[in-house]
Amino acid sequence: MIRATGRWLASSIALLFAVTVLTFVLSALAPGDAAKAMLSGQTTSYTPEQYQQLRHELGIDQPLPAQYWHWLDGLLHGSLGTDLFSGQPITQALNGRLGASLSIIVGTVILSALVGVAVGVFSAVRGGLPGKLVNAVSLLGLAAPNFWLSLVLVELLAVRYAVFPATGYTAFGEDPLGWLRSLALPVIALSAGGSAFIARQTRDAMADVLSRDFIVSLRAYGLPLRSIIFKHALRNAAIPVVTLLGLLFVGLLGGTVLIETVFAIPGLGQQAVAASSTHNLPMIEGVAFYFAVIVIIVNLLVDLSYGWLNPKVRKP
Amino acid sequence: MSAVEPLLEISGLTVTYRRGHGRPPLTALNNVDLTVAPGETLSVVGESGSGKTTLGNAVLGLVTPTTGSIYFAGEDITAASIRRRRQLTENIQVVFQDPHGSLNPARTIGQTLEEPLLAHRTMNRAQRRAEVAAALDRVGLDRDAAARYPAEFSGGQLQRIAIARALMLSPRLLVCDEAVSALDLSIQAQILNLLRQLQHDLGLSYLFISHDLAVVRHVSDRVAVLYHGRLMETGTATDVCDQPVHPYTRALLASAPVPDPVEQRRRRADELAAKHTDASPRTDAGCPFRDRCSYALDRCADPLPVHHRRAGLVACHRYGELASEGSDELAERRGERPASEPLARTSAQITEDRDGLDTPARSDQVRQTPMPRTTPAR
Amino acid sequence: MTAITTATTDTLASVRFGRTLPRRRIRTALATHPLAAAGAFYLLALMLAAAGASVIAPADPEQQDLARALDGPSGSHWLGTDRLGRDVLSRLLFGARVTLFDVAVATVVFLAVGVPLGIAAGYRGGWLDRGVVRLADLVLAVPGIVVLLMVVAVFPGNDAATMVALGILGCPGLLRIVRGSTMAIRGELYVKAARLSGLRTPAILRRHVLPRISGPIIVQTSLFCAMALLAESGLSFLGLTRPESQGPSWGNMVGEASNAMSQDPWLLVPTGAALIATVMAFGLVGDAVRDSAMSRGATAPPLFPKRPRHQVADEARQQPGNGVVPVLSVQGLKVTIGGTTVVQDVSFDVPPGKAIGIVGESGCGKSVTARAILGLLPAGGTVTAGQVVFDGTDLTALSDKELNRVRGPGIAFISQDPASSLDPTFTIGSQLREVIRRHHPQSRHEAQRLLRLVRLPDPDAVLRRRPAELSGGMAQRVCIAMALAAKPKLLIADEPTTALDVTVQAEILALLRDLQHRLGMAVLLITHDWGVLADECERAVVMYAGEVVETAGVDQLCAQPRHPYTAALLAANPHRARTGQPLPSIPGAVPKPGEWPTGCHFQSRCPIVQPACGNGPIALTRVASGHLSRCIRTEELVKR
Repeated sequence: MIRATGRWLASSIALLFAVTVLTFVLSALAPGDAAKAMLSGQTTSYTPEQYQQLRHELGIDQPLPAQYWHWLDGLLHGSLGTDLFSGQPITQALNGRLGASLSIIVGTVILSALVGVAVGVFSAVRGGLPGKLVNAVSLLGLAAPNFWLSLVLVELLAVRYAVFPATGYTAFGEDPLGWLRSLALPVIALSAGGSAFIARQTRDAMADVLSRDFIVSLRAYGLPLRSIIFKHALRNAAIPVVTLLGLLFVGLLGGTVLIETVFAIPGLGQQAVAASSTHNLPMIEGVAFYFAVIVIIVNLLVDLSYGWLNPKVRKP
Repeated sequence: MSAVEPLLEISGLTVTYRRGHGRPPLTALNNVDLTVAPGETLSVVGESGSGKTTLGNAVLGLVTPTTGSIYFAGEDITAASIRRRRQLTENIQVVFQDPHGSLNPARTIGQTLEEPLLAHRTMNRAQRRAEVAAALDRVGLDRDAAARYPAEFSGGQLQRIAIARALMLSPRLLVCDEAVSALDLSIQAQILNLLRQLQHDLGLSYLFISHDLAVVRHVSDRVAVLYHGRLMETGTATDVCDQPVHPYTRALLASAPVPDPVEQRRRRADELAAKHTDASPRTDAGCPFRDRCSYALDRCADPLPVHHRRAGLVACHRYGELASEGSDELAERRGERPASEPLARTSAQITEDRDGLDTPARSDQVRQTPMPRTTPAR
Repeated sequence: MTAITTATTDTLASVRFGRTLPRRRIRTALATHPLAAAGAFYLLALMLAAAGASVIAPADPEQQDLARALDGPSGSHWLGTDRLGRDVLSRLLFGARVTLFDVAVATVVFLAVGVPLGIAAGYRGGWLDRGVVRLADLVLAVPGIVVLLMVVAVFPGNDAATMVALGILGCPGLLRIVRGSTMAIRGELYVKAARLSGLRTPAILRRHVLPRISGPIIVQTSLFCAMALLAESGLSFLGLTRPESQGPSWGNMVGEASNAMSQDPWLLVPTGAALIATVMAFGLVGDAVRDSAMSRGATAPPLFPKRPRHQVADEARQQPGNGVVPVLSVQGLKVTIGGTTVVQDVSFDVPPGKAIGIVGESGCGKSVTARAILGLLPAGGTVTAGQVVFDGTDLTALSDKELNRVRGPGIAFISQDPASSLDPTFTIGSQLREVIRRHHPQSRHEAQRLLRLVRLPDPDAVLRRRPAELSGGMAQRVCIAMALAAKPKLLIADEPTTALDVTVQAEILALLRDLQHRLGMAVLLITHDWGVLADECERAVVMYAGEVVETAGVDQLCAQPRHPYTAALLAANPHRARTGQPLPSIPGAVPKPGEWPTGCHFQSRCPIVQPACGNGPIALTRVASGHLSRCIRTEELVKR
């Protein structure tokens, strides 16, 4: 247990370190810098003195390691710096957007897991024509770009038949039902690919387990198929599936970037796109940090579930 | 042993594997001494975990010994350089257990067989092709096999090809690591006969690693029994297989059922078989077998003594008592086998009908009398 | 390890998995998967069209015609026009050029990083492997989108940089797979043998490793292409790369369509269809290559087929003869797997309380017969003729659900490899109790009693363990205990001791013999080992190439075999051989299913073959009391 905790801590710190250093190094490579971006955002012309003054204020005239140290120091005091343009603390800006993004991602993971596992198990057990059908449909789900699919969904379910709102996000605290309605289209759009991904992996993992020797033995002991499929086979197939759910979660961080833009949802992804197109580097660093923390938590949950699913089997 | 210089001489060989995670290292081989004379077959017998495969790997240079030394033709090859090892592959070759796994399914037989030539000889394509054809002849396969893929052959044919590859460079020592274990009975007999013939023709030495005492008894000049990395008993094939002294050797022999129901019923009454096979072997200096041994005494926990005897050794605390009573008793239990007589006739005829092979002249003709067929005097 | 790999499962495997050579893999994959062939053709056509866009495009992609803005498909504009009246088809073709170029850049980086690192890590192992794997894990955990956005922000307008980043972000998956495959191949005996032939590492990599990992690399590459296409068009859709001002790309065309959506949603269709079709084409090609490499996938037969209900021929026949009704009677059993007959005309009886052995070499149909009795044939296998009468019921006429009530209390089964016939994720106690509950819901302490019955010391400790914590012998005892849980009348043991050491085998055989007598249970033992047969069984059924060739009491069989195959096999046993003489061997090999000759299956290897042996099917005839042989020359055999 201590060893496992230690390993998790070490890998988490390594990940945080890698992500933050990477963002810092990349930002140092950038042509122009935050000061230039700010100044060109405010005025059309500025003097080199103004520019140097601002660089000094922002602390970006110091060498990179010193800047990174300064940033880490701020992190330990709970600060990720301030937004270049609004002057708002970055943690404050991002905390307000966390809820929307997590709602979409968690909703998609749950829906994908439910649909994907059910379809995957069915396809593995039945094979034949249903299996082929599942294969074809899932390929279609994987192939449809989610941003395109969201546009189609908006056109159909929001514009033609106003079942769901086309854009925007209602916080759970304000209106739980509105929250659900506002999540419906983004979650469906993302789940098409997500559930197809999980379904295919579940099918492969289940087919693999079902061909193993112990399944024949369990059948020979007279156990009902229900128990063999849902208790024994599914539990053995669960580890790769859970691993992929974790990967899906991480991948969806990217998916939200597109989806939040299409549906005008104020989440982390939308903020990241805005920051990226305005060269708002401290904000991107902040988003990177938030994403990395989310990844670490997801990895922890995945690891814990391994232990619960099968204490003897190592992470694949 | 004879005055002839041994081809392979292993002395004090110990191999340990690190297991990590705070577990103690695993001793796969513990202070093993063995020799193989030119043209001789030495069999190494043992169950899983006995270290017999590690022994083969150490000779092949696939594992590095912790202590001890391996001499090949008078040269110390224990810590040979990678370069020297590559050169040695010309003289030391191997045949593995699994014929399907030991040939690349994506390459033709010819491509596989010419590999040793590419590594060691400078030949043009035509010369290589001729060598490959000769090698296929040697193992009794058609020459056109060279153009085909392994999937087109049966297990027995693939094992012939594996033997052909091992013999491409005319080695002096062939390590046969369970080389017939995966084969069916009828195929096993074909391959054993082939190995015997090749030994006769080419003067090969075999280090024959096996778990099957019946096969070992048939092919070997001398036999070494390993248990948990230690030598329990060595000696001539007849000494070890027909008059075993060590209780472990006796347990092995008694456990293997014989294909004769009458004899098997008689053997079943023996209480020789090992006890508590789930007990793990001891790892201290005492006898590793003592927890399973039906002869064990308290003193078996003392450091294991080694008693030398004619052409071999026995590592047992009770050597004195067992050596005097054991062999007679066991031999008597086997007794005569009247039921097998008609069959022996059938088999002899099939031999004549189907197998025109000459009986190779062997240096050990004296030992030919098959022991279980005679009733020994008490 | 005394991994005595008997090839009993080989028949099942060789019928199911055709071995394909990697070089021919793509060709076979496309030939057997028409959809994938269509996908590959589409991709090729798309690439050509993109390359020749300036020639074949009907119009200049930037030429505006505001008068004809947002026209639907028409003769002059096959796919309509956009908001500025530009020809959509032309824009799609020029957009394909941009999009495919980006994907190609990312893919080159993906391969250039992933393949060499994966091979190096997998082949070298050690610290290099650990380092590379750590790094790959790290990259896998980095939220890729953040890096992409960073790169976009840092290198504005430099789309190649973004694609390079995409390639690097994608390569951990490839790297892991290449590393895993390389490691597996490195452990293959043929690589070991090549090394022991004196071949150097570069030669081994070129000759043995690279050709074998090309399949997985193609699969990963096609999936990555699909992924990269989606990512590229997503970024372009957001205007982060390939902004519309620099010319059309598929992503910015969707962006353009979304702007015009309120006026005319049609624009979504052509670009969306192009994207979906291309991603699917990549996916289909990858799937086909993977399926043909693994010989399974959507086309594999269902694992739990619905059992076709036979016509129940006649009520279970009363057995003639000495009045003992056999507990199991197999009559004229014929089994096909994937259309190939693997077992035919198999008939034998198992009297109550007796031990009967089925003996034969690998590929002769022993295991298939056992599994046909239980209705547990591998995928694609069906009983096409014959009856399996157990306790007065023909099992072949039962549904799987009805048959499931026979499995356990009627017929129990233990298999060759005890370690893999237990569910690795559950404790012994949990599995054993589940089986007990199924048959005897009330029993308490039954688990302990069963483990004591199979002579496992300290049952409570065993119940708490998982299969991986047991030795082979202990695992087989547990399997026997589970088989006995429902108090079966017949135990089918398929090579129960083949994977075990000889001293352990002796104990398990003694245990089986003891249980058979104490519980009055019949045993059907399947083995290739004549010693095991002699030790355990009263009667033997000898099988060869899918048929029963001889049936007799074991004593009689071993003393006076009446089929040349049995006689030759007994003679080939080294136990009986004279030291210093060649073993009597049988030339040739067992013919595979589908290659059986007309007439006697043994004729090509038989020492006493006659032309008449190949004339037609040979019946199993009685040669002595309780002794049947499928040979027309048994008299000859006795005389000689």
